[in-house]
Amino acid sequence: MAETLVEKILSAHAGRKLAAGDIAVCTVDVCLTQDGTGPLAVRQIEKLGIDKIRNPARTVLFIDHAAPSPRRELSNDHMLLRAFAEKTGAELSDIGDGVCHQVIMERHLNPGEVLIGADSHTCTGGAIGAFATGMGSTDVGVGIALGKTWLRVPETLKFVVRGDFVPGVYAKDLILHIIGMIGADGATYKAMEFAGATIDKMTVPERMVLSNMAVEAGAKCGLIASDENTRRFLAEMGREEKYRPLAADADAVYEKVYEIDAAAIVPTVSFPHTVDNTRTIDHSDCRELTIQQVFIGTCTNGRIEDLRIAAKILAGKKVHHGTRLIVTPASRRVYGQALDEGLLKIFNDAGASINTPGCGACVGVHQGILGDGERCLATQNRNFQGRMGNVEGFIYLGSPATAAATAIAGKLADPRTY
Amino acid sequence: MLQGKAWLFGDDISTDHIAPGRLFHLRSNLPELAKHVLEDARSEFAGEMSAGDFVVGGRNFGLGSSREHAPTIIKLAGVSAVVAKSFARIFFRNAINVGLPVVICDTDRIKEHDKLEVDLAAGVLRNVTRGYEESFPALPPVMTAILQEGGLVPYVQKHGDLEI
Repeated sequence: MAETLVEKILSAHAGRKLAAGDIAVCTVDVCLTQDGTGPLAVRQIEKLGIDKIRNPARTVLFIDHAAPSPRRELSNDHMLLRAFAEKTGAELSDIGDGVCHQVIMERHLNPGEVLIGADSHTCTGGAIGAFATGMGSTDVGVGIALGKTWLRVPETLKFVVRGDFVPGVYAKDLILHIIGMIGADGATYKAMEFAGATIDKMTVPERMVLSNMAVEAGAKCGLIASDENTRRFLAEMGREEKYRPLAADADAVYEKVYEIDAAAIVPTVSFPHTVDNTRTIDHSDCRELTIQQVFIGTCTNGRIEDLRIAAKILAGKKVHHGTRLIVTPASRRVYGQALDEGLLKIFNDAGASINTPGCGACVGVHQGILGDGERCLATQNRNFQGRMGNVEGFIYLGSPATAAATAIAGKLADPRTY
Repeated sequence: MLQGKAWLFGDDISTDHIAPGRLFHLRSNLPELAKHVLEDARSEFAGEMSAGDFVVGGRNFGLGSSREHAPTIIKLAGVSAVVAKSFARIFFRNAINVGLPVVICDTDRIKEHDKLEVDLAAGVLRNVTRGYEESFPALPPVMTAILQEGGLVPYVQKHGDLEI
């Protein structure tokens, strides 16, 4: 029978042909944890009495959520992770190395593989045709210990996107549009698959924006075929030999197929406090909405391509006096590129504050906690109440272009006019 | 049989409501974190609930982060089960892995502090205060087996491996 992308990958990891609805034990190629979930995963592995983990070379413990540590308790958690990596041979990605989902794509994950991560945005890995999904510490701990996990093969919702974006519209606007359309639980338990001419033309970093936010519609994964653009990305990351083409069969069975015209997409913003609470930038709710903090970064939109877009808008300009701009590159590699390309100088000259690569302000632990009643326009993936460390804060989500335009205007702004 | 009173929470209760990032530093101190459970949704809940009570949600309960601390502290606080119309995928799986029962059924007719009884084996929720019953679907066999062992770690310990 013809297979969707997720059926193909999971069948190969179960050693038998699987279809949507089947439950199977699958082998796992790569496992990741971060500093919020890693300590619990380590304790669960220790509870299992396991000293030798299955595949240390492909187990990566990240310290990215509270990095550098703002508190003693978190410093102690970091010590525990470093000691576990030392003991087991697992790789440690320490403060300043970057957000787990960015680094795993730069250095570890390959098309056709299975990645489980103790972080919900692990689904970012779907952008290179890998099955990548977020789970809790115990599931990932067992995956690290035994090299396998149990999975139910999800049904797939296919999103076919055709046409070209108008200038000022980006992958972020497309995924916010999709989540606004299907809702924050519109893909719960399902796989999302993105296809069509618009997706074919996208670079892997653009595709990562779509896959990253699949979980915001409740999806288990957000898959995109592995093609020549995937080869180009892997070559740039120095592992072209890991490329393999991978696509769904033409006659695969989908639960539902959505057709989307990219040319009709308008810059889109999610309003507090749910990602599916979207408005197009020309909606009256977006008028004269003052913004006190703009945050450019995260696993969604902290890549070099995003920083280039923001820098182009900010070059020679100043951040509005009533607004502050925080820029957090997604990884050390991105930080280095931004340094070499002069982007950090542009941000600094504009009045931005530039932070250590990592999750930054998105998690609400440090580096940009909101004040009571303040509004933030962020390029991150989530705007839940309390997300940025204050239950009285209000978070709006948009593209890096919308963020840069907003930083200059001091109020929510349409990037098409910048 | 689980018995207790209902505490109502609405739709889209996120893991940030349950275990917010501002308390990130308490994740290795779960008993302390449990004192703040669901604080950002209902600040009085943790202090006023009694052991055995139910958390009753609407749609998409537990959306957001993969933090297993969320279902863990709900269980540690003494909640006997979370009842909701639907659950986010990762939260649902995490709840089973830590041994917290999760029940999918209509919750519109449940009012604040109604006395509820849940029979997991029979798949029945009884609203004692209002005098009606709702049946709910059984979990997939693999999840039932994990829940019966008290979570995934005891399950793997007992079987010596992950086979389903």
